Amino acid sequence: MTVVTDDTLPMTPRAMRDEMIVFGVMAVLLALVPLSGIYPFFVMQALCFALLACAFNLLVGYGGLLSFGHAMFLGTAGYVSAHALKVWGLPPELGILVGTAAAAALGVVTGYVSIRRQGIYFSMITLALSQLLYFIYLQVPFTHGEDGIQGIPQGHMFGFLDLSKSTVLYYVVLGGFLGGFLLIYRSINSPFGEVLKSIRENEQRAISLGYKTEQYKLLAYILSGTLAGFAGSLKVFVAQNASLTDVHWSMSGEIVLMTLVGGLGTVFGPVVGAFVIIAMQQYLAGFGQWVTVIQGVIFVTCVLTFRRGIVGEIAHYFRRSL
Amino acid sequence: MQALYAQLLVGLINGSFYALLSLGLAVIFGMLNIINFAHGALYMMGAFCAYFLLTYGGIGYWWALIIAPIAVGIFGIILERTMLQWLSGLDHVYGLLLTFGIALIVQGIFQNYFGSSGLPYSIPDELRGGVNLGFMFLPIYRGWVVIFSLVVCLATWYLIERTRLGANLRAATENPTLVRAFGINVPRMITLTYGLGVGLAALAGVLSAPINQVRPLMGADLIIVVFAVVVIGGMGSIMGSIITGFTLGVVEGLTKYFYPEASNTVVFVLMVLVLLVKPTGLTGRTA
Repeated sequence: MTVVTDDTLPMTPRAMRDEMIVFGVMAVLLALVPLSGIYPFFVMQALCFALLACAFNLLVGYGGLLSFGHAMFLGTAGYVSAHALKVWGLPPELGILVGTAAAAALGVVTGYVSIRRQGIYFSMITLALSQLLYFIYLQVPFTHGEDGIQGIPQGHMFGFLDLSKSTVLYYVVLGGFLGGFLLIYRSINSPFGEVLKSIRENEQRAISLGYKTEQYKLLAYILSGTLAGFAGSLKVFVAQNASLTDVHWSMSGEIVLMTLVGGLGTVFGPVVGAFVIIAMQQYLAGFGQWVTVIQGVIFVTCVLTFRRGIVGEIAHYFRRSL
Repeated sequence: MQALYAQLLVGLINGSFYALLSLGLAVIFGMLNIINFAHGALYMMGAFCAYFLLTYGGIGYWWALIIAPIAVGIFGIILERTMLQWLSGLDHVYGLLLTFGIALIVQGIFQNYFGSSGLPYSIPDELRGGVNLGFMFLPIYRGWVVIFSLVVCLATWYLIERTRLGANLRAATENPTLVRAFGINVPRMITLTYGLGVGLAALAGVLSAPINQVRPLMGADLIIVVFAVVVIGGMGSIMGSIITGFTLGVVEGLTKYFYPEASNTVVFVLMVLVLLVKPTGLTGRTA
C-alpha cells in the first residue's frame, strides 16, 4: 500500500498540545453557535456530516483504505433509527443505539467481505456493496421506497431533554459530535492507531513484524462504520426523515469530497471539509445540477493541485500536525 | 419459454455492454494504473454523440458507430494529456477520485441541458424487424448488438494478445522503463491506450442508444455494476473480462426470469460469493 498522506510527523507532545488547543477552540466556538444567531439547522447538519467524514477519514487517512460506500452506514443507521422511533416508538437514546448497532453489524458483515482485497479493489467492492444495499432498501417495505420515512418524532431524550427545541437538539448533536470526534482521536493515537498507520505505510512489513493486519483493518473498518452510523442516527433527529438519498453512491462521493477538501489523514480536515461542502450546497441550492458540476470541479482541482486539503496545507505551512 | 429466451437475449445484450466496458477498464488499468470512474460518463457521451450526429447533422447510425468512438476517444486523449498523466506515481486512489470528479462534471453538464429523461434514438432501417427462429422471435438489432460486440471484444483481444503492438503494450505494462530503453514511446502508448479504452466505452454507448434511451445518467449506475464485474473477473486477463462480462449478463437475464426481485442485485451478490471463495477474482492475479 502506498502513501495517502505525504507528511507523517511523529506524534510529539507539542503536536498533541497543538491539537488539544485547536480542539478546545473548536468546541467553544461550536458551543457558542446558538447565541450567535447562525441558523442552527445548518450547523447541526454540518456537524453530522463532519462526524461522518471523520469516521471515513479514520479508515482512509490512517488505515489507507478508501471506502467508496460509506453512505451505506449513514443510510442504514438512519433507516433503522427512524423505524425504531416512529414505528416501535422507542425513546431517542434507544433509537440512536439501535441505529448505531445496525451500522456496526453491517460493518462486521461488509468488512469481512471487502477487507479481502486492497487498494483500488477495496474501493470498488465497497461501492458495489453500497449499491447492493441501495437496491435492497429500494425494495423492502419498511423504508417506504422512494418516499422514505418521514415525520419522525424527535421525542424526549432520557425523558427530560426535549429534542423538538432546536437549542436542546443542537447541544445533543454537538455532544454526540464531540464524543465521536474524541473517540476517533483517541483511536488514532493509541497503539491500535500506530499499527494501523504502519499497515498503511507498509503492510508486508507489518505482517513480518507479527501483526495480524487483517484483524486490524477489519476492526478499523467496523469502528469507522459504527461511528458513521452514529452520525446517521443523529442526522435523523435533525432532518426528521430517512430517505434513499442517504444510501446513494452520490452521498458516498460527497463524504469522500468533504474529507479530500479538508485534508485526508488530518485530524480536523474532515470537519472543515464538511462545513465547506455543506455551506456550498446551501448557497448554491438554486443552481440545480450545476452543484454536481462544481463538486466535480472541486474533486479535479483538489486531486491535481491541492492534495493535502485545506487543513493539510495549513499544517504543512506551519509545520504542525493538525 | 418465450419469456425465458427473451430475458436470455436481454442478458446477452447487457453482457455485451459489461464486456465492452470491463475490457476498456482492464486495458486502462493495465497501462495507467487508474480505475477509470469516468467510464460510465464516456459511455453516455458515446450515445449522446450518436444522438447529436443524427439530430443536428443528419448523420446516421453507421457513421455514428465510427465517429462517436473516435470523437470520445479524442476527448479521452485530451483528458489523459491534461490531467491523468500527472497522477503517475501517486496512489491509485487519486486516479479514482480524479475520474470520479470528471464523471460528475460530464454528467452534471449533460443533465443541465437534457434533464434526466431519455431521448429516443431510432433503430437504423437496415436492422429493423426480426426473424422467427422457431423457438423465439429475434429482433435483428438485438442480435446485431450481441454479435458485433463479440467481434469487437475478440478483435481487441487479438490486438493485445497476438500482435506486435499488443506485445509492446503488455511489455510496457510489466516494465515501462525497460520498454522505453528499447526506443518505444511509452507515454504515447499510454495515451493511445486510454483513447482505445474510452473509445470502446463510447462504442458500447452507440450500440445501446437504440435499445436503452439516451440519458445523461445512463452510465452512472451501469459503471458500478461493471466494477462488480471487474472484481469478479479480475483485471489480469483480457479474455477473462470478456467471458465474465457476457456470463454475468446472462446470469442477470436468467434471474430476471426466475426471480425478478433480485435482478438488480444478483451481480453484487455474486461478487460477495466470489470474494468469499476466491478473493483474487476468477481469473485472479493479485493487483
